[in-house]
Amino acid sequence: MALLSFERRYRVRGGTLLGGNLFDFWVGPFYVGFFGVTTMFFAIVGTALIFWGASQGPTWNPWLINIEPPALKHGLRFAPLMEGGIWQLVTICAIGAFSSWALRQAEISRKLGMALHIPIAYSVAILAYVTLVVVRPVLLGAWGHGFPYGIFSHLDWVSNTGYQYLHFHYNPAHMIAVSFFFTTTLALSLHGGLILSAVNPVKGQSVRTAEYEDSFFRDHIGYSIGALGIHRLGLFLALSAGIWSAICIVISGPFWTKGWPEWWSWWLSLPVWN
Amino acid sequence: MADYMNIFTQLQVASPPHAGPPIPNKEFRAGRPFLSKLIGWFGNAQVGPVYLGTLGVFSLICGFIAFEIIGLNMWASVNWSLSEFIRQLPWLALEPPAPSNGLAFPKLNEGGWWLMAGFFLTLAIILWWVRTYRRARAHGMGTHVAWAFAAAIWLYLVLGFFRPLLMGSWGEAVPFGIFPHLDWTAALSIRYGNLFYNPFHALSIVFLYGSTLLFAMHGATVLALSHLGGEREVGQIVDRGTAAERGALFWRWTMGFNATFESIHRWAWWFAVLCPLTGGIGILLTGTAVDNWYLWAVKHDFAPSYAAAYQVLPDPATLPENSKFEVKP
Repeated sequence: MALLSFERRYRVRGGTLLGGNLFDFWVGPFYVGFFGVTTMFFAIVGTALIFWGASQGPTWNPWLINIEPPALKHGLRFAPLMEGGIWQLVTICAIGAFSSWALRQAEISRKLGMALHIPIAYSVAILAYVTLVVVRPVLLGAWGHGFPYGIFSHLDWVSNTGYQYLHFHYNPAHMIAVSFFFTTTLALSLHGGLILSAVNPVKGQSVRTAEYEDSFFRDHIGYSIGALGIHRLGLFLALSAGIWSAICIVISGPFWTKGWPEWWSWWLSLPVWN
Repeated sequence: MADYMNIFTQLQVASPPHAGPPIPNKEFRAGRPFLSKLIGWFGNAQVGPVYLGTLGVFSLICGFIAFEIIGLNMWASVNWSLSEFIRQLPWLALEPPAPSNGLAFPKLNEGGWWLMAGFFLTLAIILWWVRTYRRARAHGMGTHVAWAFAAAIWLYLVLGFFRPLLMGSWGEAVPFGIFPHLDWTAALSIRYGNLFYNPFHALSIVFLYGSTLLFAMHGATVLALSHLGGEREVGQIVDRGTAAERGALFWRWTMGFNATFESIHRWAWWFAVLCPLTGGIGILLTGTAVDNWYLWAVKHDFAPSYAAAYQVLPDPATLPENSKFEVKP
């Protein structure tokens, strides 16, 4: 794999968190590092387990392959391999691989003299995953409350879990999470569009500067958040979407067992209405 | 971790507000710009001016009319009681006409107000789109923001206009209201056999989550490079500096692939645009081309088929009039 023209002078030693110089090298474009090795270990074992589980299942149709969590009767114990044990091992491998990936991002950030925003942001995604397959199942007392690993089977789980609470759109944390997802996408389109429109101006004109970016948005909506601000806003919106998603599912079951539409009755019965 | 992460602007330089570069019809720039220290912690401290041209003013007026029609109808629905209006606001709706009305112009209290609110809201949005396009041109810039906005308008028009037209009834459209539009969404999914099996819905969600992922990656990358001037993206695009190089290498070393400071914004634009674009296609096909997404998925081998738990009932709408069918226990 060819190096980028400027890459060689950045390939220097150092920045590792564990292992010193032992794994401080590259394979093709990939940096390895101690956590690259652990990432590979967990990813390969986890993927192999999924293939093994698929081989014991009824189908090789990739849309339908399904690795189920244990039945609720197993509670929080280890289940036999063919009765959800594979799901438990895959979950351990997934958490191992995701955590290793985040730590590898931290090593690469340090090596490049960058701050740690990326691994911290990625940790929020890990938090949301762990909330779904560990925190909520533990709070509810059975691994069977985790979601199954399969393309359409996990959608069925989302659908079924949602309807257990009658109408999940009424979950206030779900409302906030969805609003953050939509707002992030809106903000991303505005940011991507603005930069592209500055670098690809009207034919014959020179590339537009930051002064024009700000002026376009001020004229348009009365405020331009600015080059630094938009990245703070984008990161905040995106991470909020993940955090509120985790909140909306962890409160469903452990802290609220009825239908979500009913939750809103506190508002209707506030004393101020009398 | 002792490094400062640049979450807030610690040192604010206060200079007179910028008037902005020259544009045609500069006199339409309204409002005296001011600096806000609070806003300056997060982004630019300067607020205003704003360009108040003909399109923008008419757009705001149309939007205000739509807002008033919706609000006053909701207020009327609780007999003009202010406290009940506030109390029940999340539940209140301005509903489209009943299905029996078809595409006719309904009486005002039977969906006519809904049609009018939709008309003015649509007018406001389209005027605002033209404004977005013309503000970009006035600055000599590309029109990428306007075309991204057009993708969102496509989804809006599919939901409230194109699909109702194809289905032959305004009653198919979305009501105005907080909980009511959520009810509509859930009801649509259930009526057409679970929208999760609609491949275009799946694509739309992929681009929604993908946009969030991309903005987290991009925002974090730029902030992590802000001590090297990483946020000056246009400068880094036309004259690559160490910030752009490190940003590229971070992702290359992490996942074997990297965008450039320009191409990441193309990825961003396409992911954001494809979310409503594919979503609109999915909604347009629902009920028009496909009646039950789950059965459609079984037919195309991507959903498991389950034994019927209940007796399969005929759709009453397909039966000849006055015929009866019995439900066996």
